[in-house]
Amino acid sequence: MKRVDETLKSELGRQGIFTTTLQDLYNWGRTSSLWPLNFGLACCAIEMIATTMARYDLARFGAEVFRPSPRQADLMIVAGTVTKKMAPQVVRLYNQMPEPKYVISMGACAISGGPFKQGYNVLKGIDRYIPVDVYIPGCPPRPEALIEAFMALQKRIDAQQLTGTNRPRHLNADEPSEFAVPQFGAHDLQPAKNPAVWNAPLVQISQTGNDGSGKN
Amino acid sequence: MSTAAFPAAVLPTQQIGSEPTSGPSTEQLLELSMGPQHPSTHGVFRMNVVLDGERVVRLKPVFGYLHRNHEKIAESETYLGSMPYTDRLDYICPLTNNWAYALAVEKLAGIQVPERAEYLRVIVGELTRLQNHACLVGFLMQDMGCSGTPLMYAFRQREMVLDLFEALTGARMMCNYMRFGGCRVDLPAGWLDQTKKVLQQFPRFLDEFERLLIGNEILMGRTQGIGVLSKELAVSAGISGPMARASGVDYDIRKVDRYGIYDRFAFRVPLGSHGDVYDRLMIRVLEMRESLGILDQAMRDLPAGPIVDPKTKIRGFRPKPGEAYGRIEAPKGELGFYLISDGSPNPYRYRVRPPSLINLTVLEDLCLGHNVADIVIILGSVDIVLGEVDR
Repeated sequence: MKRVDETLKSELGRQGIFTTTLQDLYNWGRTSSLWPLNFGLACCAIEMIATTMARYDLARFGAEVFRPSPRQADLMIVAGTVTKKMAPQVVRLYNQMPEPKYVISMGACAISGGPFKQGYNVLKGIDRYIPVDVYIPGCPPRPEALIEAFMALQKRIDAQQLTGTNRPRHLNADEPSEFAVPQFGAHDLQPAKNPAVWNAPLVQISQTGNDGSGKN
Repeated sequence: MSTAAFPAAVLPTQQIGSEPTSGPSTEQLLELSMGPQHPSTHGVFRMNVVLDGERVVRLKPVFGYLHRNHEKIAESETYLGSMPYTDRLDYICPLTNNWAYALAVEKLAGIQVPERAEYLRVIVGELTRLQNHACLVGFLMQDMGCSGTPLMYAFRQREMVLDLFEALTGARMMCNYMRFGGCRVDLPAGWLDQTKKVLQQFPRFLDEFERLLIGNEILMGRTQGIGVLSKELAVSAGISGPMARASGVDYDIRKVDRYGIYDRFAFRVPLGSHGDVYDRLMIRVLEMRESLGILDQAMRDLPAGPIVDPKTKIRGFRPKPGEAYGRIEAPKGELGFYLISDGSPNPYRYRVRPPSLINLTVLEDLCLGHNVADIVIILGSVDIVLGEVDR
């Protein structure tokens, strides 16, 4: 896509003629009105609510409209511990959201299980079932951290293109729009992860061995 | 559908326990699942409601969506290692959770707490109560459809208190402040002056709140006579805290047990007479005023001295075999920790008595016969936090 020359654009702008590209307009629309799903899981949800209140004022980022229905939301903030009993509903809610949709994994629990990781009922990260765009560490993250995540997500959306490899997922016919909802198995959720989304990181062990000198 | 049109057969008392399809009613009943993702269930709580038109015929709470294995993890941790986990029980008021747990361990191991630490505990505990009740009132208004403004007012006050917590403990929410035999850190310079400034603004907030909302005709119409909890049921179901006091049960553990140094403060225990949602709302507002009085007295009398008992052994803490139950008046009710020690570094049994869960047990009795929209405010007035209900 050929972009308008920036100097010409500003010159035209001074004369009252505003030019833009469809891509810029599309990204601008999506970036500046991210509507999150009104959905709190645990402690982080209180900080999420605090972020929307007057002091931190998430409305500055066009994201204060928390929708209770997933059908009207663009962004899911997974705020809190996802237990194995709750994980199927979280995935189902994500599937019900219309594209384009994004996920912020807020807090240690949503990232990895956090302090409750050793618990038998705690999912070790929501990214095992749904793709996550931004992770915020913290227990709970401060409201500033959530705002930072919003800005990171907005930058990410702004850089997306209508065509090419960096296009949003829903414009790519090969990408899935729905993700398998885990079922309650005999001992654990079935499947324990969605391999299309998440795989255990492979640890490369050097054959030569590490002699402790810092050089492999 | 008007309420007068119901045949006697579908009155709530006769419908309880029967299947919705096989009931004696010829009316069609509707089963509605509210939650776990619902904007007004205060977290991941689910209610299976059977409705006859708009009226609630049966209500079955479903919880466990936030079961984080708190008790089991605590049994594999050292005693002190569980202290940060208690923050995450009732995550709106972490400091009172710390206090209840510290009290139980101190009882178990026979640890004395220095006087200054007791005063600090009272100060942070009452500040916690202030911000919890302010939040509750805001959330309850939000549940009634008064969207935004009251909650913003409440959170404005809460942020001020959280700033104090952050200056003192280093964290806004997960404070991890209490230690066995005292507190972790002493007050930073200027903290008391800042607290006094915050507390001076609080009565103004309460006055404003009362002027705007409490006498509001719509609010009174919405809350009075809704979700009535009788005194007898409150006692027999073990309801505690503001919810029991709204039904007229004179039971405040600060007065009954006089744990810590609560016998040194003059304060009144507000009691309701109707036990409806309005009384539960007003009890919170009145308790905030009493807490302000306690805070004034505690800050006036705060003595100098150590903040932790120097004889307490921190490393290799192994209480003698035995058991102890420590309880405090948390903002939501009686919060107790029951511990059994077998002499090892971690507790043999660790049990939490969560006020939210026990106050929630009467939810069906409160909701029967009311409209769907009333469930939301009844649940809001019970004041639950799912971290504590499911643990």
